[in-house]
Amino acid sequence: MENHFALTVEGLTKYYNSFLAVDHINFQVMRGEIFGFLGPNGAGKTTTIRMLCGLITPSDGKANIMGFDIQKETVKVKRQIGVVPEISNLYDELTSFENLFFMAQLYGVPKSHRDKRAEELIRLIRLEGKKDALFSRLSKGMKRSLTVAAALVHDPPFIFLDEPTSGLDVASTRNLRTTIRQLNQRGTTIFLTTHNIEEANQLCHRIAVIVKGKIIAVDTPEALKKSVQEKSMVELGMENPNLPDLLDSIKAFDGVDTVSRCQDRFIIGFKGGPPWGSFLQYLQEKGVLVTSVNTLQPTLEDAFVKITGLDREIMMMEKEGKKG
Amino acid sequence: MISNELKAIYFISLKDIKSYYFKPPNISWGIIFPVAMALAFYLRNPIGMIDLIPGLLGMTILFGATSMEAVVITFERRLGSFERLLLAPVSLEGVLAGKILGGAFFGFVVSSAMLIVSLFFFSFPHFNLFFLILSLILSALVFSTLGAFVSVAVKEVFEAQTLANLFRFPMIFLSGVFIPIVTLPLPVQIISYFLPLTYSVESLRNSLLISHNIIPYWVSILILAVFSFALYWMSVRILKKRLG
Repeated sequence: MENHFALTVEGLTKYYNSFLAVDHINFQVMRGEIFGFLGPNGAGKTTTIRMLCGLITPSDGKANIMGFDIQKETVKVKRQIGVVPEISNLYDELTSFENLFFMAQLYGVPKSHRDKRAEELIRLIRLEGKKDALFSRLSKGMKRSLTVAAALVHDPPFIFLDEPTSGLDVASTRNLRTTIRQLNQRGTTIFLTTHNIEEANQLCHRIAVIVKGKIIAVDTPEALKKSVQEKSMVELGMENPNLPDLLDSIKAFDGVDTVSRCQDRFIIGFKGGPPWGSFLQYLQEKGVLVTSVNTLQPTLEDAFVKITGLDREIMMMEKEGKKG
Repeated sequence: MISNELKAIYFISLKDIKSYYFKPPNISWGIIFPVAMALAFYLRNPIGMIDLIPGLLGMTILFGATSMEAVVITFERRLGSFERLLLAPVSLEGVLAGKILGGAFFGFVVSSAMLIVSLFFFSFPHFNLFFLILSLILSALVFSTLGAFVSVAVKEVFEAQTLANLFRFPMIFLSGVFIPIVTLPLPVQIISYFLPLTYSVESLRNSLLISHNIIPYWVSILILAVFSFALYWMSVRILKKRLG
């Protein structure tokens, strides 16, 4: 069974003095999947990655990456993983090519392949024109791409991406997401931490939600969304939305739980499935002319807010703060 | 596995040598400062210049090896690039060894350049090349390790520079570079024997001159080796603690 998993985590814990940063977490990452690690700022995402990469020692628990114990076989684990930290941390005084060449040296890429590998990666991230530019002179997006390339220099089967698109412009974000998908299509397992819910929704096969150091949900984005779907939500467009007492009339229909108006449309929540036939007939009797009907699905953000208990506004502020 | 570790150590030191050490400001700090100090003492007493050469060499290694080493780890930790090394398949001990070797190599090269220049001007009565090279290598190692110790002990670059100077400047005056230790007051002499520069200067003096040596050559060499190991061990411990 172990072979199916690229990563297994059992009771992993980290204390900083008396502060419990990561609290006995358990989860597995399947080989070849993009696994999202989603949580608000300070939830323990980066601490978990740092433990898994061998940068800090766990206070308790164990983890296994590609069959190697992170504490007992740290160097072997490091050969299996590529890490893209939250900060693009290559050497300012080296060029793009020199940075990748140095990484190839460190990761034991054979001498005869180092040049070729560095060139290949520069092509992969579409940075041919900046091959001889110092890292310090690159734009934020280029630095990020080069940091991703540096993590790929030894062609690892497992990659950690810590907030990969944080602070990037739209074009750089799109490029990076394309690169992530390409890597995954080639069979690379990807562990992605992000506070960007839409990014997790677009990229990840499964998502773990971590809050205050504890994992509170692990599932596919679809299942997470479904888990918070307590009622059927419908959006109705009407030709005559200003009929008197319309809101109350809709609310009075048996089976309707909530009604709210958004400009010319009505968002209606039904207890259980909507009884379409009787409901549309009821509206017709009230003189309502329905022009459109949309069934609304909960978003991953809805699921995240519900699961974490975080206030939506606070979450938006966190997002903005992070970008700044 | 050992071969991979050694290769990584070599590449880390090579990268540091290229990126940091052989740059004009570092060369000037490593050479000009000791020469200026020696010149000041020479102008005061021109006859005894040959006696100053071991101290001048020791001081050159001290400033050469610690000039960047004392700040490089702090600097890279601030930028985040030190973490890049820790993510590579090499132990923390190996990363630190790579950093130390870069500084030691630079200290050895600048002091060797100084030695070659001095050979044109002075004839040393007790010149022993083997002893001399061994002294230079161990001195370079001990001072580079001292630099690394300073670098891991603090969080900010300015703190590293301050702490390095706190070690370096008293050592110049307490380690027999310009003033023979035996002429110092007894309590100060006791402090002198706790400073690695004392043993560096003594071993270099034993390799070049026959006068003024108070500590046997092999004792100095052994103590330098012990200093190197102890400082390296403490640096590893501190760094591990700091990284969590």
